[in-house]
Amino acid sequence: MIEVQNIYFGYDNRGNVLEEISFKVKKGELCAIFGPNGAGKSTLFKCIIGFLKPKRGDIYIEGKDITKMPIEDIAKLIAYVPQEHKPPFPYLLKEIVLMGRTPHLGGIFGPKKEDMEKTLEAMETIGISHLADRPYTELSGGQRQLALLARALIQETKAMVLDEPTSALDFKNQMIIWGTLRKLTKEGMSIIVSVHDPNHMLWFCDRVIILHNKRIIANGDPNDVLTEDVLKMLYGDICKIKEFDNSLKIVMPNMG
Amino acid sequence: MEKIDFNYRNKILTIVFAGILLFFTVIFSICVGVYTIPLFEVFNAIIYHILGNGGASNEIYSTIVWDIRIPRILTGMLIGMALATSGATYQGVFRNPLVSPFILGVSSGAAFGAALSIIYPVPYSVQISAFIFGMVAVFFAYSLAKVRGKTPLVTLLLAGVILGSLFNALVSIFQYMASVAQLKAIVFWLMGGLHHIGWTQFYTVVFLIPLGIILLMGYSWKLNILSLGDEEAKSLGINSERLKIILIIIATFITSISVSVAGIIGWVGLMIPHASRLIVGPDHRFLLPLSAIMGGIFLILCDTIARTITTGEVPLGIVTSILGAPYLIYLLRSKKTQFFGGD
Repeated sequence: MIEVQNIYFGYDNRGNVLEEISFKVKKGELCAIFGPNGAGKSTLFKCIIGFLKPKRGDIYIEGKDITKMPIEDIAKLIAYVPQEHKPPFPYLLKEIVLMGRTPHLGGIFGPKKEDMEKTLEAMETIGISHLADRPYTELSGGQRQLALLARALIQETKAMVLDEPTSALDFKNQMIIWGTLRKLTKEGMSIIVSVHDPNHMLWFCDRVIILHNKRIIANGDPNDVLTEDVLKMLYGDICKIKEFDNSLKIVMPNMG
Repeated sequence: MEKIDFNYRNKILTIVFAGILLFFTVIFSICVGVYTIPLFEVFNAIIYHILGNGGASNEIYSTIVWDIRIPRILTGMLIGMALATSGATYQGVFRNPLVSPFILGVSSGAAFGAALSIIYPVPYSVQISAFIFGMVAVFFAYSLAKVRGKTPLVTLLLAGVILGSLFNALVSIFQYMASVAQLKAIVFWLMGGLHHIGWTQFYTVVFLIPLGIILLMGYSWKLNILSLGDEEAKSLGINSERLKIILIIIATFITSISVSVAGIIGWVGLMIPHASRLIVGPDHRFLLPLSAIMGGIFLILCDTIARTITTGEVPLGIVTSILGAPYLIYLLRSKKTQFFGGD
């Protein structure tokens, strides 16, 4: 469970980037964070994973306040999947995944046999075992993103934050990611994910939090809170929502 | 499930093999020189000095082996190890396969510190002063190069060049001020070499350098994580700011000790980690030990060349530079993207 209580954040003495942010993501809930570029999504993420300390307010993960916790302990509670990028050294994919065990390693000698077994399992789950021996730097953006998801899996946390995980992927891999995230939430994980495609949110997410001008303007089931009015407020008059069979909604661009 | 393992066995075997190679390199290097000494005489001399018996040892051979070659070769080995390991560490910390103690200005900083203490001698000051100014150089280079939280290669190189030339200018002032004897000391020592090494210098390095290398190896898994970038390291529970500072301090410490004993020896810290990475891959748990061993081998071989190629001595720094420059040219031409498209 992730609970954010009335946080304020600003860099230095410049104005606030986030104000009065409060929400709760329950156990087993897949929650999207939605908002135009510059709305403060990344900043909010960095607060939730403990990179940035909010000026005011508290953040609880599994009932523990992380704003006063050292980074070593936060990594045992919440995993973060960054946007993929190339590291400077050609680690193999399996080595990258194995690094997800780091928060749980006690000694100085690095991972043990069971950590390696968990790595193999996670690669199997995500479906990237066949890439295990390839240099990570030579993979496609989508394959790297899947590797990062596998790495977050073996971190074995109850909560996970993903920063636009599907932006670099083709359609099939997008569906693999969403399928995996749904499966993880079914197993009791709380997941927060930033999304740019409103349809993905309507189709896959249990909850959406919409950020606009430093604040939350809507919070709830995507099918209820994502309305044409909200979209108009965020993006202007560029799209409309179509409903099929009284259940499935699709956001369509205004054409012509 | 498809069989996947982490090939650790092969990597360990490679390191063991390199270790055996290092041993034979040491023995070989003890044998060759102006006087070629037969292998059994080498062992005789060693046994004589360690066990104090077997007095059949030839007096001249014994002196050459025990008083001249062994301290020189072992010190050279440790210095090669220190430079290569610290080079590998800097490359991981700065996330760039092109940085080295030399390029970061650490060597020139340490050289300035050591020159300072040649002019104004205080007991133990050479090492301490070299370390202090090595640290000054690396932190200046790092903070000069930092642009919006990142340290791009171009600014890092420029910062290194700026600091290098600043410290070189300061060393030149010392040379100008120095007496003839001091001047000679500074110049010889700037060219880098092991010709003056005896047991005293060996004792300076024999504890400190292995200590530093072992500490760095203890952090090698965390260094893997750090080399992915600050944010990823943090999300995996690594306090990246603190770890960087610890690693830089240790790496600079062993570099400075080396510089204070043998002067500036370039390229080892750049070339050896890179070559080792080609052999065992980028995992620092294997890369650091292999770099250390290969650094030892490389430096012993270069020093052997330096003392045998002419009847006199060629400064060691010149040999490593002559061998190192072509390697860097090759790297730049063939692996361009690795250096400049890394991030």
